Amino acid sequence: MIKVENLVKTYGSIVASNNLNCHFEKGKITVILGGSGSGKSTLLRQITGLEKPDSGAVHFDGLDLTCTDKKSLYEKRKKMGMLFQGSALFNYLNIFENIAFPLREHTRIADNVIKTIVTMKLEMVGLRGTEHLMPSQLSGGMTKRVGLARAIVMDPKVIFYDEPTSGLDPISTGVIDKLIRDLNRKLNITSIVVSHDIESCFRIADKVIILFYGDIIAEGTVEEIKTSEDLKVQQFIKGEPEGPIPFTRTDKNYVEDLLLE
Amino acid sequence: MSLKIEIKKNNNIVVIKVEGEIDMFSSPNLREKLLPFFEKNVKGIIVELAGVSFMDSSGIATLVEGLQWSKKESRHFILTGLGTTVYNALSLTKLENVFTIKQDADQAFKEISRE
Repeated sequence: MIKVENLVKTYGSIVASNNLNCHFEKGKITVILGGSGSGKSTLLRQITGLEKPDSGAVHFDGLDLTCTDKKSLYEKRKKMGMLFQGSALFNYLNIFENIAFPLREHTRIADNVIKTIVTMKLEMVGLRGTEHLMPSQLSGGMTKRVGLARAIVMDPKVIFYDEPTSGLDPISTGVIDKLIRDLNRKLNITSIVVSHDIESCFRIADKVIILFYGDIIAEGTVEEIKTSEDLKVQQFIKGEPEGPIPFTRTDKNYVEDLLLE
Repeated sequence: MSLKIEIKKNNNIVVIKVEGEIDMFSSPNLREKLLPFFEKNVKGIIVELAGVSFMDSSGIATLVEGLQWSKKESRHFILTGLGTTVYNALSLTKLENVFTIKQDADQAFKEISRE
């Protein structure tokens, strides 16, 4: 479904994607794990065509998104749904209009039909009856679910989730995990999840990719990741402060840095 | 894939035969064909879906409009020839038991003529 080939992206001296190669299988949930600054979000932005790589290719349904024209990219994007980290709801629109927005923007579907579609999507995320509420009246978990309803309103083939459980309590996290899993299984949607939530990842992933400073240091099933002998992988999944993954990003000696004139 | 829609009328029963994929971009065409019959005094509408290889939420929502009409006007709105893909789409939205579904148009005609 989506294949990333030799993807390179740098910001000055920082290598965010270091010749990445990976494959996102149709109908599966792939979770991209990694700490802050590991290049997860950069990879996601390149896959969705929001950012151009320095070099390399992103094949989506046979089309290389890195060098396609705007019209084709726009057409492909209609097949993609995105749940943004902060859900990115429009504060001035109620829940109904937030979910209906992509339909009004991209199709000529009549109001009556839009109303039915929004009702169906709200039922899927368990929020029917909240149509009239404003985003400011929702809890964090509900906001994510509305974001999810909007992400699926155009019946996408692929959904990208950017940190879907960050900032949520354990129950809300469980609800979002179940929704991601259910949507994937019932609608056969290809799901790509960027996260640093290990527990959530292990609950939902068919495949895990771990990034470390722009490199893929491990990929495989949950079981393969859990039993990996790679010390970086073990440090990351156990959340250990000491190990091969340094807390600080600079190699410079601290005292030398302080004494620099 | 474009949508092919054929309409026949027999004994004040309308048969709408649909072929192709019903998605966000083609479903308004189906709606345009359906809507006029909601205003006319027809006994029932049969939507033949045997030739439909794909149907998304907008297709289902369009059919729901037919269902709303049938309940409001006490008329028949029957779906026929549902393949697995279309049936799954209905069941995902928990609507497979809400619509009247028959195997083919003959059975649907019999259902309407029973009155």
